Amino acid sequence: MKRATQATETPQVGRSVPRLESWLKVTGRAEYVHNLRLPGMLYGKIFRSSVAHGRIKRIDVSAARALAGVHSVVTAAEVKTLVPEPYYGPAFHDQPVLAVDKVRYVGEPVAVVLASDPHVAEEAVHLISAEYEELPAVYDEVEAMTSKAIVHETLKPAGTFPDLKHLKGRSNTNVALDFRLRRGDAAKAMKGAERVFEHRFRTQQVMHTPLEPLVSVAESTDSSLTIHTASQSPSFVRIEIARLLGWPENRVRVRVPFLGGGFGAKLYIKLEALVAVLSLLVHRPVKVSLTMEEQFFTITKHASTFRIKSGVTRDGRIVARDCEVWWNGGAYADIGPRVTQKSGFTAPGPYDIQDVSIDSYALYTNLPPAGALRGFGIPQLVWAYESHTDMIARELGIDPVEFRRKNLLREGRPQATGTRMKDAALEKVLERTAALLEWEKPFDHGSGTVRRGRGLAIGFKACIANTTSLAAVSVNADGSCTVYTSCVDMGQGSDTAMAQIAAEVLRMPTESVTVVHSDTDVTPFDMATLGSRSLFHSGNAVKLAAEDAVRKLNELRAELKLAADTPIADVFRKKYGMRAGSVMGGGNFIPPYTPPDENGQTENATPFWMVGATGVELEVDTETGRVRITRLINVADVGTPINPRIVETQLSGGAIMQLGFTLFEKMLFDAEGQLRNASLAEYKIPGLLDLPAEIVNEAVVAEQRSGPFGAKGVGETATFGVSPAVANAIHDAIGVRLTELPLNPEAVFQAMHK
Amino acid sequence: MRRAIQFRLNGASVEAQVAPHETLVEVLREEFGLFGARESCGQGLCGCCTVLVDGTAVSGCLYLAALAEGAHVQTVEGAAELDAVQEAFIERAAFQCGFCTPGFVLMTRQLLDEHPDPSEDEIRHYLSGNLCRCAAYPEIIEAVKLAARKRRQS
Repeated sequence: MKRATQATETPQVGRSVPRLESWLKVTGRAEYVHNLRLPGMLYGKIFRSSVAHGRIKRIDVSAARALAGVHSVVTAAEVKTLVPEPYYGPAFHDQPVLAVDKVRYVGEPVAVVLASDPHVAEEAVHLISAEYEELPAVYDEVEAMTSKAIVHETLKPAGTFPDLKHLKGRSNTNVALDFRLRRGDAAKAMKGAERVFEHRFRTQQVMHTPLEPLVSVAESTDSSLTIHTASQSPSFVRIEIARLLGWPENRVRVRVPFLGGGFGAKLYIKLEALVAVLSLLVHRPVKVSLTMEEQFFTITKHASTFRIKSGVTRDGRIVARDCEVWWNGGAYADIGPRVTQKSGFTAPGPYDIQDVSIDSYALYTNLPPAGALRGFGIPQLVWAYESHTDMIARELGIDPVEFRRKNLLREGRPQATGTRMKDAALEKVLERTAALLEWEKPFDHGSGTVRRGRGLAIGFKACIANTTSLAAVSVNADGSCTVYTSCVDMGQGSDTAMAQIAAEVLRMPTESVTVVHSDTDVTPFDMATLGSRSLFHSGNAVKLAAEDAVRKLNELRAELKLAADTPIADVFRKKYGMRAGSVMGGGNFIPPYTPPDENGQTENATPFWMVGATGVELEVDTETGRVRITRLINVADVGTPINPRIVETQLSGGAIMQLGFTLFEKMLFDAEGQLRNASLAEYKIPGLLDLPAEIVNEAVVAEQRSGPFGAKGVGETATFGVSPAVANAIHDAIGVRLTELPLNPEAVFQAMHK
Repeated sequence: MRRAIQFRLNGASVEAQVAPHETLVEVLREEFGLFGARESCGQGLCGCCTVLVDGTAVSGCLYLAALAEGAHVQTVEGAAELDAVQEAFIERAAFQCGFCTPGFVLMTRQLLDEHPDPSEDEIRHYLSGNLCRCAAYPEIIEAVKLAARKRRQS
């Protein structure tokens, strides 16, 4: 493909550049780990636990080993010969590479069969049998607080996070974090309030369902290891694998091409430790590709229960709020404790409330592990507090938009942590949503069996802190540019955005920039691509790196006594007498942060605030309970968009995904903790027929002053308000309030006839 | 167990040794290095593995390779240059991660062969067997409409 390399004065930021990898994706040639085959590679297939909680009495792998074509069968016994303490995790070192002594959920990996032919490996898996001594299990997050069934004997915090240290060595508990925030005296303020409202909300367990299921490949020598993996966090994978093996980081190489979707499923360690150990054990490359079914047993989104209580004055001013949130983390903590804290502290919502109390608990249960899913816990919280907000407003006879206006956090006002709101366009986002809904105009609620309703909701999120991104920018002798970043493009368009940022600084067309995909031997450290942090953090790092390169180029021009506008190619030719050389710029970005005190108070909780609101118009078929969304309005503060078109696709894509979690997606478990719908035949995700008739996306005019060219993250923003906006609209249509997701026809119909 | 089958693949005559249980998507991947059709749900419900057999879209993850004997198999890699559908998908930003995109491209071609000027309702129904977890659906609908215009104009 021919690409221009001459300078340009055309702004590169703010242009809707088509994705740089467009050609690769529409021709089926984009690189995914899914495609990777290595000479001599073995396929691993996993034998999984059939009980939710039990001691492993015996694993019989003899028949599997005897099957023709099977290379080997590996259990925890073999794993421990290489890694004596084979436990990993970002928050707790609690998850074994393969189950050791105990299993903690149905579907937990217990053994692996390796074979050159994946069909042989799969057949052999069915020949393995295991006996368990079953133990009492716990599935509900609130019951887990006091249950006699204890998932982990002792808690093993990873040591990475200071607020988890106090949990070290605790036993006889399922609480993996007890986050607490106190601002003022909520109990006292509640007593003084004229009205008090208390409600309880629940969300269900759902799954990310990336269409490229989790997949990792490892190849090794005795002194080096390369992992090709569909991961959102290559730098973390390197650190954690090096720790498990006791190796220096530079002997572990982690490569990540494009991802076929991520949404938080492909974070931290998933299959990487397993393939690494297998490859080192058998001295062959090993690939493990999960099936769609197996993904349901790997990582999910937290089910949650939220008790929220508000003290309100008669004229509708919220004076006290008390929040208690229980997060169902499943059998392994994954990043759940961070969800519990980082999202927990926004549980009172984007409202200016003097006295606040929050208790947020991460719970272990005997279900598949839960982690981050497009919102890091925020959609669960907004679901509750924005349903609660509407319920209060209607109870008080105040218009829901007016009630929100009255209580909204204004710029410069302290949020529950004490951190003041900055560059958070809450008012604009609320007002634009109301305007696009034509809230002031009368609304036709329909008649007969189909009733119409409308509703809105607004949520916010603090981007995760404290995290670092590094980047490098190479300006080549022909004037083209290469960006090195460990930010992963899982579909959100980061390659294109990073190229635009570099191009803007270097005044060259975006099309002359190439972004090198994550390779920890080449690309510098980046905390992870998660929580909408990358455009801001990696983007700032790329900007700093490009500025560094420009500075060095200008020094070269000065040294060579060349005019300031000398084309780059001429600078190198003058310097080296031929087309040779390059200039390398480096960027290291870490925003300021102040850790919270014992009451959750801090002056600087987050590098930036994300704000998203949803407006919904819908129809309810009162004979069937079916809800049809006729209009979906997504309004967000994304700062100043780098690529407006991609921003729009992120807004609508995030909102439609959340519509699935709102209206029908739900993992169904039986009384023994067995998942009943682990396939796309029984677990439905949104398709074209579920698409609302009309979708409106709007990024309000805003600027994140600390962001690269005024920008901030957008990947999660449109998910925040969807669920409560739908519930509020259902209430508007039929006067029935639902407090548990999903809002499927059965739930609506039953609520109508209660 | 394996036996040789002959078929046409993207216009060229080819031969492959296939086992009875092997699916078309496996053979395309292992024997021909074609990765555009890819297995995702493994149940023929997501459309990621879509290929055309004698001009008809099939789920390559369920379609036994042996059944392709004598047929013409077309994959997204078939054309040397971008067609109107692929151009339209780029111009309308109708994909994000790209994993489902080849399936959508092939189904859209078949849709436009049958209905050169499809209504929005026809588009939604015709492509409802293809899933996109990034939910680029609004952009996909726009791309299909644009591709239809491009085809009519050429």
